[in-house]
Order: sequence, then structure tokens, then C-alpha cells
Amino acid sequence: MRRSLLRAVMAVVACSLVLPSLALAGYGDTIDMTTGVTEISRSVHSLHRTIFYICCIIGAGVFAVMFYSIFAHRKSRGAKPATFHESTTVEIIWTIVPFAILIGMAWPAAKVLIKMEDFSGSEMTVKITGYQWRWHYDYLDEDIQFYSQLDAAHNAARQRDSGVELEQFEHYLKEVDNALVLPVGKKIRFLHTAADVIHAWWVPALAVKKDAIPGFINENWAKIDEPGIYRGKCAELCGRDHGFMPVVVRALPQDEYDAWVADKKAEATTAKLDAQREWSHKELVATGEGVYQRNCVGCHQAEGQGIPGMFPAIAGSDVANGSLEKHLETVLHGVGDSPMQAYSTRLNDSELAAVITFQRNAFGNTTGDTIQPSDVRSYRNGQMQSLATDTGYFSNFNVTGAN
Amino acid sequence: MSTAEAHHDDHDHHGPAPGFKRWLYTTNHKDIGTMYLLFSLIMFFVGGAMALVIRAELWTPGLQIVDPMFFNSMTTMHAIVMIFGVVMPAFVGLANWMIPMMLGAPDMALPRLNNWSFWIMPFAFTVMLSTLFMDSGGPAGGWTMYPPLTLQMGDSFAFVVFAIHFLGISSVMGSINIVATIFNMRAPGMTMMKMPLFVWTWLITAYLLIATIPVFAGAVTMLLTDRYFGTSFFSAAGGGDPVMYQHIFWFFGHPEVYILILPAFGIISSIIPTFARKPLFGYDSMVYATASIAFLSFIVWAHHMFTTGMPLAAELFFMFSTMMISVPTGVKVFNWVATMWRGSMTFETPMLFAVGFVVMFTIGGLSGLMLAITPADIQYHDTYFVVAHFHYVLVPGAIFSLMAATYYWMPKWTGNMYDEKLGKIHFWVSTIFVNLLFFPMHFVGLAGMPRRIPDYSLQFADWNAIASIGAFGFGFAQLIFVWVIIKCYRGGEKATDQVWEGADGLEWTVASPAPYHTFETAPEIK
Amino acid sequence: MSAATSGYYIPHEAKWPIVGSIGLFLFFYGFGMFLNDQTGGGTVTLIGAAIVVVMIFGWFGLVIKESEAGTYNSQVDTSFRMSMMWFIFSEVMFFAAFFGALFYARTFSGPWLGGDGAGGAAATNAVLWSGHDYVWPSDGPAQLGGDYQAMGWFGLPLINTLLLLTSGVTCTIAHHAIKDGNHKKMVRWLAATVALGTIFVGLQALEYYEAYAHLNLKLTSGIYGSTFFMLTGFHGFHVTMGAIMLAVVMFRGMKKHFSAENHFAFEAAAWYWHFVDVVWLGLFIFVYLL
Ligand code: HEA
Ligand code: HEA
Ligand code: HEC
Ligand code: CUA
Ligand SMILES: [Cu+2]
Repeated sequence: MRRSLLRAVMAVVACSLVLPSLALAGYGDTIDMTTGVTEISRSVHSLHRTIFYICCIIGAGVFAVMFYSIFAHRKSRGAKPATFHESTTVEIIWTIVPFAILIGMAWPAAKVLIKMEDFSGSEMTVKITGYQWRWHYDYLDEDIQFYSQLDAAHNAARQRDSGVELEQFEHYLKEVDNALVLPVGKKIRFLHTAADVIHAWWVPALAVKKDAIPGFINENWAKIDEPGIYRGKCAELCGRDHGFMPVVVRALPQDEYDAWVADKKAEATTAKLDAQREWSHKELVATGEGVYQRNCVGCHQAEGQGIPGMFPAIAGSDVANGSLEKHLETVLHGVGDSPMQAYSTRLNDSELAAVITFQRNAFGNTTGDTIQPSDVRSYRNGQMQSLATDTGYFSNFNVTGAN
Repeated sequence: MSTAEAHHDDHDHHGPAPGFKRWLYTTNHKDIGTMYLLFSLIMFFVGGAMALVIRAELWTPGLQIVDPMFFNSMTTMHAIVMIFGVVMPAFVGLANWMIPMMLGAPDMALPRLNNWSFWIMPFAFTVMLSTLFMDSGGPAGGWTMYPPLTLQMGDSFAFVVFAIHFLGISSVMGSINIVATIFNMRAPGMTMMKMPLFVWTWLITAYLLIATIPVFAGAVTMLLTDRYFGTSFFSAAGGGDPVMYQHIFWFFGHPEVYILILPAFGIISSIIPTFARKPLFGYDSMVYATASIAFLSFIVWAHHMFTTGMPLAAELFFMFSTMMISVPTGVKVFNWVATMWRGSMTFETPMLFAVGFVVMFTIGGLSGLMLAITPADIQYHDTYFVVAHFHYVLVPGAIFSLMAATYYWMPKWTGNMYDEKLGKIHFWVSTIFVNLLFFPMHFVGLAGMPRRIPDYSLQFADWNAIASIGAFGFGFAQLIFVWVIIKCYRGGEKATDQVWEGADGLEWTVASPAPYHTFETAPEIK
Repeated sequence: MSAATSGYYIPHEAKWPIVGSIGLFLFFYGFGMFLNDQTGGGTVTLIGAAIVVVMIFGWFGLVIKESEAGTYNSQVDTSFRMSMMWFIFSEVMFFAAFFGALFYARTFSGPWLGGDGAGGAAATNAVLWSGHDYVWPSDGPAQLGGDYQAMGWFGLPLINTLLLLTSGVTCTIAHHAIKDGNHKKMVRWLAATVALGTIFVGLQALEYYEAYAHLNLKLTSGIYGSTFFMLTGFHGFHVTMGAIMLAVVMFRGMKKHFSAENHFAFEAAAWYWHFVDVVWLGLFIFVYLL
């Protein structure tokens, strides 16, 4: 009996190791953690595997004994109950042995953790700010910053009953308009914070996940080994569109990264120039439509009809057909406690001018107004006072630093 | 029962009052227990229906059925209903029914208070569920209600907070009653170390409740004042911290999860010896293990917060302390297996559910252990791996223990045997589907699917479809359960006093169904 | 501790609990409506509160009647004692949540915002709140509520501490009096205790007035204002409750409800009073002194 028990235990233990391994081998990306592309992510992955196997063995051992007993000690097989109900020796053994196993798990875990928490020697810093529902990236050493949000096509497809064929997207819900671009081989320090509610910036392949807490900054870091595109998601419930807040990291070799930085700076210069010049009405409406599609359509809807009871229509809206002042105020500073947020820092003057012009001349609105970037600028200057005294639970800190 | 004291002669042998007054005014622990159990059964279907909304939406990628906001309020309300409306009241119901009988007491220590503890529940849940019908919708910030997100909620927020206060009053009063009953109402000779384990685990659970529910009440009170009175507990601008809420919440929240499992341990510790026809192995160590789990549960809370940016030393501390809980929990599992070892086992429905509990709870416990490993948890956190973990300990854990308890004690409650065949079918269907439902969640979680999302990437489609099939299968299997209960209530083979061949304990010495009043005169304890 | 169970009084019908549930239901629902500026909220709250008060009078009246009729044996008395003890413990834990918030803000979030701590503290201060120096008392980096002055410990708070400590002594003297069966003495000393409690609450109200009128210290004055008013406010509420309990006990004492052996109601109220006293000491040290 002892022998057959031993054999049963061994068999179950063997299965418990072989089966998961087979499964893991075949289905890697839908059933197990990614190995990732940083030293940390590889350590985490192997730690994960180690503890997983240990748990499998423990489980298998316990279940094997139990099922053997269920099989052998059943009344229908004529088993007579024993009467023992105590044994200090085994009690001590099965307290000490698990304890020892735990130490065996805690040791490597502590080592990895200490490595993760070593922030020293970073070579560049990116500040990441979570917004409902987009990310803002700020390259602190480069004077580059931009927003990143769910790609417009995905955004349209994910609307309820959109009827869009999802299979056409290779990375459904994991595509953004502006990816975070990073160089490989550098220790990059991330500073996490949020503008409204808690978010969490998570890229599995980098084994980086940190809560972005409004008013506080959290740190972590990554050193990416391989160029590639790495996708992740916001990992802390942050309201309505929490599920639609992806993260995409594009890791480039150093030279390509440098080229990207140069491009980005050039772009910024053009944008600055754009903001200085006079735009044509047509150009503003055309640009404004794009801005609208990327930023406003989620709430005010494609035809500007809004969602009654939740988001007001732009079509025929008093604001979009009324005083320009009020319209600027609404879009730049948002509306009190409503989901209508302040866009003054999120869009630049040209984009703001364009989208406002668009709203005033689309969806059947026919004000004929043309708003120039310079109008937005002078509105801003006139309004500096009110910006500075804008207070409230969520907006009391200087979230975007620059601007 | 015939040697009653003079001064309540007139009340003696007095049965239940007629009509609805019996239920409204009752001070009888059995009536109150029954009401608690029925209430939680109904709420199980309410919370389950919400889960089915979730699973229906998640059946395939894309948003088909509900708005994301409504989805969030479904997950939130599902969890609140299941925890506060199903598992907790069900355990209190069992405590009401069984503890006085197990101790040889005439009733609970404070029968009127007992009535109140129950009759708060329906009112409190009316407040809670009514928020779903308000313009601003129900709570949608997760059952953990983290600020600042929760503070963005509309008008219904105040009602949610008050419903929690209301429920808290019920829980604390109920727990105080249980503590007083256990310490003060034992029959002569029923020493502490002779008490059935169900009583022990409840005693310790009651302490967890008394110690943590008020902390939870404090936390939501601070949310309320932040929202309506301009305090800044959880706002950095005013010198507070959103993470402070998380610390206070989890100081309650972690012991809470043991509140949801310790009485289950007690139930399983009653059932296994009965059907193994062998005394429980290691009674003393079971008691000490329960106490250790309860003690440890107060110093592990921040394992829910490994990504919030705690200092390294804190992360290490909470990792180690959390891992330690596996030791006393392991002792329990080993003791159950040792109880079965060389027993003479039969597998009636309660035993099936108990064995299912041991296996699947252990799976859930082991994944909990994996979550405790901080560097790995940073990857697991807020993914479906966590969802898989806690459903394994809660559904085939806590819920299975409740089903085991129902089958085990139902003959004592109704006087009739339940339909064994249906019971077994119920077990097997539930077990198969519950694994289809929750096992794939481990996979998608590890592969990177976050929790609390109404829509997901295509790579997770297959496993989610399987989980949804499992959910509907498991859900509808519970209709069998309801049918078995109704059938058993209506009639069936008469149960003997002892009911089960191997059953041992005072509750099995009284008639089946248990008379309205038991042990008005204390029994002799050998 | 277990005694013979026969003779343990089991009431057969309880009407008050359901009344209490309805009262609380209306109270909570009304208060929710009130907070959201819905019409009728205040009225519903008051109706609910009134029902709860009626319930308390009815229920306790019943218990007092039964107690006077000798319905309860010593085992029932023990149940009452245990319940009161654990109820007070639950109240302690309620206060613990707010003390926890105070300690957390003072030792973790405050310094972090000021730039002290591992991880991202330095960045938090430099990037988000540049120039913010953390010092307690703090209304946070955004200085919500404007300039204010903290409440000193000298003056009213110190007087209040002395009042409460004295009231603890008078309460104990009253207790000894009833143990000696001396009703008159008990009532006299209880009256003193209630009076001290009432003065305490009055001074507390005065202190709040000072804070709002002269110090610009408000509930909205950042974390200091929040913790200050919530802790002292809940404490003040508990003092009020305790004083009411003691007053009821005093009136019952006048009616000679207690005996040297049997005076659980007195002890329950006294325990509660001591609990309120101890919480105040915690407040005085951590909110005012340190
Ligand atoms: C009944 C409820 C219950 C129970 C019993 C447990 C038990 C445990 N839980 Fe779980 N947990 C939850 C309910 C529960 N949990 C819930 C609801 C959440 C999510 C909350 C939310 O965010 O919404 C959660 C989340 C959660 C987290 C946070 C995850 C995250 O969000 O990132 C962690 C992390 O440490 C954790 C750990 C554990 C551990 C170590 C145990 C241990 O007690 C398990 C111990 C048991 C065993 C280990 C198995 C048996 C033992 C043996 C066979 C002995 C041999 C074993 C060894 C020596 C290894 N749980
Ligand atoms: C005791 C607690 C408990 C229980 C029993 C359950 C039971 C179930 N849970 Fe839940 N769950 C939680 C506690 C629990 N859960 C918690 C704490 C969370 C976290 C919430 C958060 O993130 O904040 C959660 C979250 C959660 C999620 C994740 C949501 C998300 O992150 O987006 C999912 C998804 O599948 C889920 C599913 C289920 C299912 C399918 C069941 C099934 O077991 C349910 C079984 C179904 C039934 C019993 C239905 C019976 C109904 C019928 C047969 C139809 C007939 C209808 C009527 C008569 C009205 N639960
Ligand atoms: C997250 C949802 C959301 C997004 C995105 C959004 N809005 Fe709004 N918007 C609202 C809501 C809600 C209101 C109503 C605010 C109120 O009055 O309470 C509103 C109001 C407005 C109004 C005033 C309409 C009226 O008649 O009251 C204008 C104009 C407007 N938004 C423009 C924009 C522009 C331009 C963008 C994009 C750059 C945008 N909104 C993006 C939610 C949104
Ligand atoms: Cu942002 Cu979730
Ligand atoms: Cu926990």
C-alpha cells in the first residue's frame, strides 16, 4: 500500500509538471506571462515559473495523498475507520517543511525586488501623466512632450454596436496615435503621476507597472534590450474608458531614436511657426475636423449629436452658436465637475483654434466664424488670472509642468 | 425541556407566532437563521445575475450589450452583493441556526438584538441597490472604492456610503451577539476546547468583524466628507493622499477576506470527520491555526498595494508576512487530509462539496501565494490572474462550503432528507462549470488581460468565451440547488435525529426537524 | 464562565428592532437626499431620527421594566456586559481609522509631498509642488482654505482635558457610592459628572467658534483641518452620547433603580465615559500637543 501510494504521488507530480510545460510551450502568448525584453522582466518571469512549479508540486502532492485516500479508504471498499486524531510529530513536520519551502521562495523574490527598486544610474527620464483617458509623455531632458491615446480607428470600432469587423485589427485596443519612443540599452527612469484619478502604467514586456497617483510621483525604470513594439494597458480602474487606455512603447536603436528626437523637435518648431501665422477658414475647418475626431467624438459623437442626458450636442448648441468667449472658455477650461475637461494644455493653440472653428461651422452650425491661433493666444493671456486661481479637488497641482 | 423555570412557564412550549409577525418580530435563533439564509440565497441570484451580465458582455470582444459605465457598476455591485449580501449573511445565518444548538444554549445571548441585526439587511440593501436606479447610476469605482475615482460619482455616492454604514451596524451587532453567545451561553461542561470547530472559527471571525468593520466605516466616512464637506483626507493638494484610503481600506479589506473563509473552514472541519467516520485530526492545531490566520490577517494588508509605490522595506515586510499565512492554512489542509486518511469514507453530497472545497480552495490559496511574491505580483496585479485567485477561494471555496453546509444540515432543519441524486448532480455540474468559468482566467491574466474592462484584445477571445460558457452553466446549475431545497422543504424521506452515521455533536442529539426551542434546559456534556 | 442555562430570559417577540430599521432607513435615505440637495431630504432625515429616538426610548424602557421586574438573572447580566465591552471596542476601532489617517498624513504623505522619502518623493516635490515645505500643521501644498492658525493646546483644550479627567474621578466616586448602596451620593456625583461633560461640550463648541471666527481654521483647511475637526467632532459627539447615558442613569438612580449588586446600566455608561475620556487623552496628545 505504501508503495502504490508513493507511485501515485510520483505520477501525479510528474503530470503536474509535464502538462503545464506542454501547455505553456504551445500557447505562450495567450496563457502565460511574457518573458519580456529587460533583465528585470526575465528575472520576474523565471521567478514566476519557479513559484508556479513549486505550487504545482505542493498541490499535486496534497491531492495525490487525498485522492489515494478517497480511493482506498472508502466504506464501499470495506475500510474500517482508524481512531487516531493527533500526532505532534507530523504536525511539527508539516509546519516546518512549508516554512522552509517559503524561505526558498522568498529568497529569490527578495533579490529580484531589491534589483527592481534600484533606481540609481538612470540615463534619461520620462514623466508619464495619466489622464482620463490618455497618457501624457514628457521627456524631461529633451523638451519633447505629447499625448498618447487609443487609435481613432480602434476607438470607432469599440463603440457599442459599431458593427466594425474587429478581426481587421491585429492589435485590437492596443494601438495608439502617438507611441512612446524609447532607446534601447539605456536605463530609463519613469516618473508616474496622474491628473485626475489613479491610473497605472503597465507594459508587461518591460515588467513595469506602477500606479499613477494624482499629486504624487512614483518612480520605476527599465532598460530595454531589444528594439520592438511593446504593448500594455492602463491597469488601474479609472472610470468609464479604463479599458480603452492602451500603452504602446516603440523601442529603437540609439541612432534611430536620435533621429526621431530630431524629427520631433523640428515638428515642434513647425507647430510654433504654425501658431504664429494666419490660417485660412478652410484649413482651420479641415484641421479642426481631425482634432474633433481624435478628441471630442467619443462624447459629442460623430454627427455632433451628443448623447442625450450625458453629453450635450454640438449641433445647434448654444455655446457653439453663441459667444465665442464662452466657447473658448468651455473648451480651454472645461466645465466644472463634468466630464468636459480643460483642453488648454492638451491641445496647442492651432488645434484649439481649428476645433473651435470646426464646431462653429459644422453639424449645421453656421456662425461663419474663423478663429485664429492668435485669438486663442490672446484669450489665454487675458485669462491667465483665472487659470492661476482655478482650484478644486482634482486640479490643484501643476500636472503638466511646462505649458 | 420540561423542567422550565416558573417565571416563564406561560411562554414555554410556545411555538412561533402566526403569520408575518412570526418573521417580523421573531427572537428565535432558528427563525432568524432561516431568514438570513433565504435572504442570502435570493441575493446570490441577484449578484449572480450581475455576474452573468459581466460574462455576457465579455463573451466576445467588442462592446455588445452594456455601456462601459454600467459594466463598471455591475462589477462593483456584483462584488458588494456577493460579499456583503451573500457570503456574510449566509455565514451569520448558519451561526444563528447552529451555534446555540452546538453549545447546548437555549438561544442566542441577545435575541432582540439578533432580530435587529437581520432586519437591517433588507433595508440596507434596499438603499444599496436603489442606487442602480438613480440618474447617476450605481457605484462604478470597484468594490474597493478608491478615491479620487469614487468621488467622481454622482448623487448615488452618499447612498452607497450610508448603505455601508447601515450594513456595518448589522455586522457589528451580529458579531457581538455571537461573541456573547459563545462565551456566556455554553452548557455546563462545554469547555472552549470541546466546542465544535465551526463555533471556534466563528468566534474568531466575529472578532475580525468587530475590529475591522468600524475601520471600514471610518474610511467611507472620510470619503463622504471629502466628497461633500471639503475635507482633504485623500487629496494631495490639501496634504492628504489617495493611497491613504487604500491603506485604511485594506486594513479592513484583507481581514474581510478571511471573514469570508474562516467559517467555511469550520464547516469543512465538521463535515469531513462525519463522512470519514473518524474524529477530526489535530483539533487543537486547527484552533491555533485559525487564530494565527486571524492574527496574521491584520499585518498583511498592503499586499494589495504592491504597485502603489511603497518603500522597499515595506514591500519586503508585506511579502513575507503574507507568505506566512500559507503555513497555518496548510496545517488546516493537511489536517483535513489526515482526517480522511484511513477513515471509512462515503460521499454523500455534503462530503462531495467538502472534498471539492479542499481541492479548489487549495488551488486558489496557491495562486494567492504566488500573488504574495511581490516582483511577480507587480505583473499579476489588476489582471484576471487576481480575479481567478479570488474566485477560486470565494466560489468553489466559500460558496461551496455554504452548499456543503446546506446539504449537511438541511435534514436537521426540515426533518426531511434532500434528494441525494439531485444533490450529486448539482455538485458535479457545478464543479465542472465552475472550473470552466474560472480556470481560464489564470491564463488570460498571465497573458496580460487587465481586470475591470468591458472589452479586450482579440488574443483573449477563446478563453473568455469558455469562461462565459462556464458562467452560464454554473449559474443555471444553481437552479438545481434551489429545486433541491424546495423539494426537501416540501417533504421526503424522514430524517433520523443523527441523520448521518458518523455525525457527532449536540445538534445531532435533538429531533429532526429541530424543535422550535432546543436546550431550554442545558444538556449534559460528557 | 458558563452557568446553568435554565432561567435565561428569552423574550418572545421584539417589536422595536423593525421600528429601528425603518427609522435608520429613513434617516440614511433622507440624509443622502439632503446631501444631494434633493427636496424633502431634511424632513425625511428628521423623521427617521425621530423614529430612532422613539425606538431607543421604547426599547430601553422595555429593558428597564424587565430589569426592574427581576426578569434577568446574572447570566443575562453577563451577556449585557460582554456586549457593552465589545461595542466599546468597536468604537475604539472606529476612532483608530481617524487616528490612522492623522498618523499617516503626518509621517508619510506630508513628508513625501515635502520631498522627504525614498522613491519618487524628491521628484514629487520638485516637479509637482516646487517650493512646498512640509511642516505640521499642514493644509497641504495648495494651501487649501487660505491662511489659518492651528489650535494651540493651552487654554480651552487644556481646560477641557482637566474637565474630562475630573469627570472620570467624579464618575468613579459615584460608582463607589452605588456599590455602597448610597443612592443620594451616587446621584450627586453623577450630576457633577454630567455637568462637567456638558461644560466640556459647550467649551468645545466655543473652540469651534474661535476656530471659524478668528483662526480661519475650517474643516476645509487641508489635512490639518480635516483631521482636527473630524477627530474632535466625532469625539464631541461621543461625549454628548455619554453624557446623555449618564443623565439617564442619574434619573434612574433617583428612582432607586439600582442596588449595590445590580447596576449594570450604571457600569455600561461609566465604561463608555472612560472610553470617551481615554480617546480625549489621545486627542489631546496627538492633535493638540505634538
Ligand atoms: C476568501 C477569500 C480569500 C482568501 C482565503 C485569500 C487567501 C489568500 N490571498 Fe487573496 N484575495 C482575495 C480573497 C482571498 N484571498 C480577494 C477578494 C482579492 C482581491 C481583492 C480585490 O482587489 O478586489 C485577493 C487578492 C490577493 C492579493 C492581491 C493581488 C493583487 O491585487 O495584486 C494577494 C497578494 O498577496 C493575495 C494573497 C493571498 C494569500 C497569500 C492567501 C492565503 O491565505 C492562501 C493560503 C493557502 C494556501 C497557500 C493553500 C493551502 C496550503 C497548503 C497546501 C500548504 C502548503 C503550502 C505552502 C507551504 C506553500 N490575495
Ligand atoms: C463571494 C464573492 C463572489 C462570488 C460568489 C462571485 C461569483 C461570480 N463572479 Fe465575481 N467578483 C467578486 C466576488 C464574487 N464573485 C469580487 C470581489 C469581484 C471584484 C469586483 C471589483 O473588481 O471591484 C468580482 C469580479 C468578477 C469579475 C471581474 C469583473 C471585472 O474585473 O471586470 C467577473 C468576470 O467574469 C466575475 C464573475 C463571476 C461569476 C461568473 C460568478 C458566478 O459564480 C456567479 C454564479 C451565477 C449565478 C449564481 C447566477 C444565477 C442566476 C441565474 C441562473 C439566472 C436567473 C436569474 C434570476 C432568477 C434573477 N466576478
Ligand atoms: C469625456 C467626455 C467629453 C469629451 C471628450 C469632450 N467633451 Fe465637450 N462636453 C462634455 C460634457 C459632459 C459637456 C457638458 C458640460 C456641462 O455643461 O455640464 C460638454 C460641453 C461642451 C460644449 C458646450 C456645449 C453646450 O451646448 O453646452 C462644447 C462646445 C464642448 N463640450 C466642446 C468640446 C470639444 C471641442 C471637445 C474636444 C476637444 C470636447 N468637448 C470633448 C463632455 C466631453
Ligand atoms: Cu487609466 Cu485605467
Ligand atoms: Cu488580502
